[in-house]
Amino acid sequence: MANVLVVAELLEGKARKTTLCAVTAAKQIAEGTGGSFDILSIGEGAGAAAEELAGYGAGKVLKAEIAGGYTCEKYAATVAEAGKGYDVLVACASAYGKDLLPRVAAKLGAGVASDISEVHTDGGKLSYTRPMYAGNMFGTVEILTDKQVVTVRQSEFEPAASSGGASPSEDVAVQTDPAADKVEFLGVEVVKSERPDLGDADVVVSGGRALKSADNFTNVIEPLVDALGAAMGASRAACDAGYVAPELQVGQTGKVVAPKLYIAIGISGAIQHLAGMKGSKTIVAINKDKEAPIAQVADYFLVADLFDTVPALTEAVKKL
Amino acid sequence: MKILVSIKRVADPDNASKLKVSSDGTAVTSEGLEWKMNPFDDWSLEAALRLTENAAEKNARVGEVVLVSIGPNDEHTQRIIREGLAKGAERGILVEADEGNLDASVVSAILKAIVDKESPDLVVMGKQAADGDSNVAGTELAEKLGWPVINSAMKILTSDDGKTLEVKRELDTGVATVKVTGPAVITTSDRILQPDSVQNGVTPDGHQYAKLEVGGRYASLKGIMQAKKKPIDQMSLGDLGVDTAKSLNYKKFELPPARSGQTTFVEDVADLVDKLHNTAKVI
Repeated sequence: MANVLVVAELLEGKARKTTLCAVTAAKQIAEGTGGSFDILSIGEGAGAAAEELAGYGAGKVLKAEIAGGYTCEKYAATVAEAGKGYDVLVACASAYGKDLLPRVAAKLGAGVASDISEVHTDGGKLSYTRPMYAGNMFGTVEILTDKQVVTVRQSEFEPAASSGGASPSEDVAVQTDPAADKVEFLGVEVVKSERPDLGDADVVVSGGRALKSADNFTNVIEPLVDALGAAMGASRAACDAGYVAPELQVGQTGKVVAPKLYIAIGISGAIQHLAGMKGSKTIVAINKDKEAPIAQVADYFLVADLFDTVPALTEAVKKL
Repeated sequence: MKILVSIKRVADPDNASKLKVSSDGTAVTSEGLEWKMNPFDDWSLEAALRLTENAAEKNARVGEVVLVSIGPNDEHTQRIIREGLAKGAERGILVEADEGNLDASVVSAILKAIVDKESPDLVVMGKQAADGDSNVAGTELAEKLGWPVINSAMKILTSDDGKTLEVKRELDTGVATVKVTGPAVITTSDRILQPDSVQNGVTPDGHQYAKLEVGGRYASLKGIMQAKKKPIDQMSLGDLGVDTAKSLNYKKFELPPARSGQTTFVEDVADLVDKLHNTAKVI
């Protein structure tokens, strides 16, 4: 029987959807082992976010209000203390989860299975499948320590649906950590976008190096993105070149996406990029080079110059 | 400034699609694939070298970079350490260990023991290894040391006294700026290879490094010659006296399922739209 604590991820006082993906994994673990799950709402606005999170069937929602910008040093001791009463701690393998949970695990002496794609509960015994080697291998791992820490791949766990009801909430004491005094949060530059989140969009349109400039992203890619109501992504090369912000990178080191439709424009398809998108249901490549490695995963390939093709595609999509 | 950089050998990441699983399903076999320095570590090494040199004076060294690699004491591990020394690091440490006995908790315990011996100002690491893709060891090391960790650093600026660093780190939703008082662990992002990613107070501010697209700098011929004479200390886990109990056990490995179906080459935009609308029904 495994009792699970979900560590929520808050952004501007609201739970990010990543939290609901972690709830889904927590439910699988709890249901498969006859245990239960709670949620820890932590950060600035934890109280309000706790109310929002009370409708997902958790036994209770713990809350720890911590003001100011996030650093893992500020949160980890509180999460670890709250986690002492649980067998498994779960968060999404977002930049936040990958930053915070290993610190918590080290405090608890727990092993970490990171970025898992599947939960197994055979005979009540937990193990996890996780992609490795840029998605070229899947390993199934068991955690040998008393406590287990798990981060889950957002694209592999559907966000939990609200189940109604209202889990009771409970304040937990905020713990201090001397390491937190060594880091001062100075600020964050957030790129505001009305578009869907890259992590959970149904359609993703990504551009690569062949776009040649930031302006071309704006003038060629963005109209198609908006015509499809899609999220915009990019290859590492395009992010490195400064055509778009780094958080739009799709790949082994960026976001891993698995939308219904992924359109790769001017992206050759390095193994590191494929790692971030080959789970997509339908993949379209638009590329001048029909031998480009993106062909290994593309369902549809249009061999063409993107500057001629993409505006025409945008117009055709608008007419549907 | 003294910086410890951990470097791991990994099966050639650019050919990871050629990996196989052993017949009993319990091991990954990389036969035929060359061992390479984990690219994420190569980028970290680049950051560490920039922090400890004067780029305006032919990259004259003004600090010390110590490399540590944990793995079999064989020609491959040694070659990777020599490669880092040829790029400019001062010396190397090889901790002999069977890769099957390592996981993030063991690696972070070993690195802690090395930090305790070496007392560096910073540990700079890849945020993940290209084989395990875990993103865990750096943060666990920091916690074990009681140090702060800055993950996914894309820009590092040192203060005049070198005691604090201003670091930009990548988030899912933007870029955060933090000020950290060392000693600290930093893991680096892809963007650490940008021409202006590091300001160390010695290299003139505004210096632009040559654009690096794939990995860190190449070793010069002189660097390769010098590396042959640089020391590599060899030690065992017993020498370090660390707890080597693993926290993870991999029971099974499998290749990913192949994508079903063939690639359909479409004629033109109209054909593509037709296929997406009427066949795949995704738009």
